[in-house]
Amino acid sequence: MEGLLSLAVKAIFVENLALSFFLGMCTFIAVSKKISTAIGLGISVMIVQAITVPANNLILTYLLAPGALGWAGFEEVDLTFLGLISYIGVIAALVQILEMVLDKYFPPLYNALGVFLPLITVNCAILGGSLFMVERSYDFAESVTYGISSGFGWALAITAMAGVREKLKYSDIPDGLQGLGITFITAGLMAMAFMSFSGVKL
Amino acid sequence: MAQTRREMLIDPMVDNNPITLQVLGICSALAVTSSLKVALVMAIAVTTVTAFSSMFISMIRNHIPGSIRIIVQMVIIASLVILVDQMLKAYAFEISKTLSVFVGLIITNCIVMGRAEAFAMKNPPLDSFVDGIGNGLGYGLILMLVGIIRELFGSGSLLGYTILPTVNNGGWYVPNGLLLLPPSAFFIIGLLIWAFRTWKPEQVEEREFKIQTVDAH
Repeated sequence: MEGLLSLAVKAIFVENLALSFFLGMCTFIAVSKKISTAIGLGISVMIVQAITVPANNLILTYLLAPGALGWAGFEEVDLTFLGLISYIGVIAALVQILEMVLDKYFPPLYNALGVFLPLITVNCAILGGSLFMVERSYDFAESVTYGISSGFGWALAITAMAGVREKLKYSDIPDGLQGLGITFITAGLMAMAFMSFSGVKL
Repeated sequence: MAQTRREMLIDPMVDNNPITLQVLGICSALAVTSSLKVALVMAIAVTTVTAFSSMFISMIRNHIPGSIRIIVQMVIIASLVILVDQMLKAYAFEISKTLSVFVGLIITNCIVMGRAEAFAMKNPPLDSFVDGIGNGLGYGLILMLVGIIRELFGSGSLLGYTILPTVNNGGWYVPNGLLLLPPSAFFIIGLLIWAFRTWKPEQVEEREFKIQTVDAH
């Protein structure tokens, strides 16, 4: 249990997907102009991340890992090279299913988050989360924790960024830095702030 | 044909750079630039994937039904990325360890998808191939610049060869450790964008709010 807690803190602050691995930067920069949209996107990422990371974990353990097909009689098959294509397939399919379920059973939520869901398929934070799960060989419980907390970390970062940008648009910025340039520099400062968590050990 | 092939190749490097102007593919651009060698490998990998995926998608563009085109594009891109990943693992294992998840993340790199969707779906294979190379090089250019700055001033070397002898090794240069940490990449790209836009003022974004100027008298 303690292990999971420290994993969660690490995934939210120290190894924040957006600010220390730069994942999901395209959407991070593009959709952080208003706090309300940023929160919507952040929540969607968190939900999708919490579903896809454990799902990909199951796929890896029971289908792709060396010897995983033992239950079907193929003891020596190693399908890990199919990893990338399966993970992105799972992500695309799950996002589509989530969109349909929300549309049918939770229309208000769908109206709030619907526009962001297609964006999420190509968000590197989602695929990145699954790939980190594979690389660090998390078990199922760890991948559930990692999925939720890394999604939360990303949501936190984009909401904070949107807050800064809402104020920033009133300031006098040099012409060349207007828009994109100053956003990058702000993100850099935020990344430095997040780095100060790196000494935290639980 | 509005553009010649030469323009297609040069245009994305400066005037229409995917990173500084279209804000595409920055995720990996920031993460893999702490040393020049890794940045170089990444640039080559992305250029290869963009060029070939554009070419293949353009070859079958008339046979892809509109409703499932994203999935078809995704499958082609993912297969190419798997090829690149396996090649790196076979011939450059050390570098593939350093790149870790970022090779896989070429799949979700917006440049690849963006060019497939915006260019390859409408143009013949050879043009798409050239366009893919051009955009890959535009991305590579920024990657190289950031990589050179970070490695030269962060650890005093380029491609692993010592350029500025550091104090630890008996030289005179005190390396700037910040440049090896993630935040520096944000600053460098921000400043690069500033430089690019000062050079090409037509790329400057409109202000949302004007600062009111007060007359002196």
